[in-house]
Amino acid sequence: MKAKHQRLTLVVVAAVALIGAVLLAMQGLRSQAAYFYQPAALLNADVPPGQPIRLGGLVLPGSIAKAADGVTTRFSVSDGKATVPVTYRGIVPDLFVEGSGVVATGRLDAGGIFVADNLLAKHDENYVPRELGNIDREAVISESETLIK
Amino acid sequence: MIAEAGLAALWLAAALALLQTLAGFGGLGDRLAPLTGALRGIAAAQGLLSLTAFLLLIWLFARTDLSVLLVATNSHVDKPMLYKIAGTWGNHEGSMLLWVTVLALTGGLIALMERKLDARSFAATLGAQGVIALGFYAFLLFSSNPFARLSPPAAMGQGLNPLLQDPGLAFHPPTLYIGYVGLSVAFSFAVGAMLTGKAGPAFARAMRPWVLISWIFLTLGITAGSYWAYYELGWGGWWFWDPVENASLMPWLAATALLHSVSVLAARDALRAWTIMLALTGFAMSMIGTFLVRSGILTSVHAFAVDPERGTFILVLLALYIGGALTLFATRIGSVRQGAPFHLFSREGGLVANNILLSSILAIVLIGTLYPLIAEGLFDEQLSVGPPYFNKTTVPVTLVLMLFLAAGPLLRWRRDGSGSLPRKLLLPAGASVVALVLLMLFAPDAGLLPLLGLIFAAGLAIASLVPLWGRNLLRTPLPIYGMVLAHLGVAVAAAGMASESGFTQERLQAVRYGEAVEVGGWTVQLLGLDPVAGPNWTAIEARVLARKGEGEWILRPQSRNYPSPPMQTNEAALLSRWNGQLYATLGTQDQQGRWQLRLWWKPFVSLIWLGGILIALGGALALLGRLWRGFRARYPKRVQEGFA
Repeated sequence: MKAKHQRLTLVVVAAVALIGAVLLAMQGLRSQAAYFYQPAALLNADVPPGQPIRLGGLVLPGSIAKAADGVTTRFSVSDGKATVPVTYRGIVPDLFVEGSGVVATGRLDAGGIFVADNLLAKHDENYVPRELGNIDREAVISESETLIK
Repeated sequence: MIAEAGLAALWLAAALALLQTLAGFGGLGDRLAPLTGALRGIAAAQGLLSLTAFLLLIWLFARTDLSVLLVATNSHVDKPMLYKIAGTWGNHEGSMLLWVTVLALTGGLIALMERKLDARSFAATLGAQGVIALGFYAFLLFSSNPFARLSPPAAMGQGLNPLLQDPGLAFHPPTLYIGYVGLSVAFSFAVGAMLTGKAGPAFARAMRPWVLISWIFLTLGITAGSYWAYYELGWGGWWFWDPVENASLMPWLAATALLHSVSVLAARDALRAWTIMLALTGFAMSMIGTFLVRSGILTSVHAFAVDPERGTFILVLLALYIGGALTLFATRIGSVRQGAPFHLFSREGGLVANNILLSSILAIVLIGTLYPLIAEGLFDEQLSVGPPYFNKTTVPVTLVLMLFLAAGPLLRWRRDGSGSLPRKLLLPAGASVVALVLLMLFAPDAGLLPLLGLIFAAGLAIASLVPLWGRNLLRTPLPIYGMVLAHLGVAVAAAGMASESGFTQERLQAVRYGEAVEVGGWTVQLLGLDPVAGPNWTAIEARVLARKGEGEWILRPQSRNYPSPPMQTNEAALLSRWNGQLYATLGTQDQQGRWQLRLWWKPFVSLIWLGGILIALGGALALLGRLWRGFRARYPKRVQEGFA
């Protein structure tokens, strides 16, 4: 094989492999990327149960409750406009408290309850998860007060 | 005074970097050629000044000088000395200073050690190194000054994120930075080669030790980082496909490909343009990694520093360097790309397959890591890409790569017409069949991918040893041993990953004192809880009794409270046995007085990190072999006398 032909073959093989990789990646992204929703947006969107998604918002004050098994936690996530009930089986992160920002990874079940596999909580004054920057903390607090009344 | 001296050293180093750039690129023309003589001195002095600045910053942290803003915001008078010192690079400014210090020291080393390159390539390489350093000095001086004063001084200091208060922190970032920066050297060599048009075996041999060093440190850094996340985060996972983890994996993938293509270039003078492209890609990945980590633009479990402005600065540097290098590539590659041809069924062919597969994995990881940014920028959609995507896409390609990895080293250079490959692969194939039978008998429920992973790992482990077959083991060159060890390490790590993903057992339960929990053949009991205190934390420590057969062990997972900054962390307890690890974390107490206990039994999980260490050791052997060969070539007489 001449050097020129060989170079061409190599370039073609490499290009085909890389295009294959990109196609594999696109296909994977289409089925596996987890879209992010805040409660109001989730209620408006038509997300089928079982689809992996992420839910972010503030933990509604007064909503955290532990189930009888001692390891399942139930709470509500709110963005001041709507709330979504969440259930999580696991050790809650250290920064998970009422009113803290939380991003949960999981899926909706048939009854509209969000089943979380993983919770990321941040309570640092300097750090609000980027996706939660627009949430009105006052609205969430007033919502929880209405619920308590 | 010390802070001002540090700042002055930094400015001087920046000035020398400018001089190095001018002298280096000037050395390409004939008129400025005399300047090249001064290059070695300039680069060495720049390295020393940068080191001085860094040592002064360490000094400020060790003394907890609270009149320095960086110390006041990241340290605390009550912190243990190890973390005071390690805290120097546990923050944005300090870690960037470490970055540029490693870069400048490496430049100095090239200046003092490099003898293989011709004068013009040498000058151009140091010039490129100077440009890179200059950008980072500008970054430090104009947007991240580590020596800025705080007036009035703070009283106590704000402390360091408790997650970072771990011996792992002392070593993890420097290790990774040496890896990142080593790739900047490969980049500079490639730029030099493009400018002079000399991209043959001499260029490859000069570049190879630096790529090897970088690759060894990246391997160690990733291995250590994975273990650190495993025990420090307390989530039981060893790899989360987190953007920051990917930021270290992507340069490693590029460096692995580069390491192999450099070998082809050094041995057979083929793959010139491809090797240069990989050298550019490797450094681009380092810069993207630095950008992702330092900007905090992607939500990450590791996102300690969040500052879009600084991210922009790094992004601009990235665009300048990579854009400039790619332009150079497009215009100059015509002058360097005459390489030697080879047959596809040959060692070269196998290495090309290795390169293409590694590049494909790199593309998949890069797309997955950046896709959330693209989706938000273009479609205004917020989404995240996590383990389901990465596992589904990278694992199959990695399995194919393992097949090529088993066969490639058994092929001959140039053209393998011997037809001996099937015979050489007989034993590895036998090992795979044995593994398959054993798995079918004892673990029929393992998923498809873990099953394939274990079968391939068994075959690869044997195949990696075959190159030693029929050799005189005393006369086998060190680089061959290095290759064998590194490839064996891949098999070992893959076996660990497959076993961990296929056979891990988990229990999560709220338990009373004395209540027993079963997990993976272990009986685990919570005996009691004790309050304990460390130098700057207090904790509740559980006494957990683990029993299996006759053996009894105590595990002590903790729930720690740090007062400054206020934070709670979970410290996992690990029990390592020869066939796996028992992993325990302590949760919180419920209303009925029960404590949450989360337990995992992870069979053979330690093989993952053992494999990583073997891979790095293989790299170290190869490096020693190369350096020894270079030494012998330069001082043949001394070597003979010494061993006569």
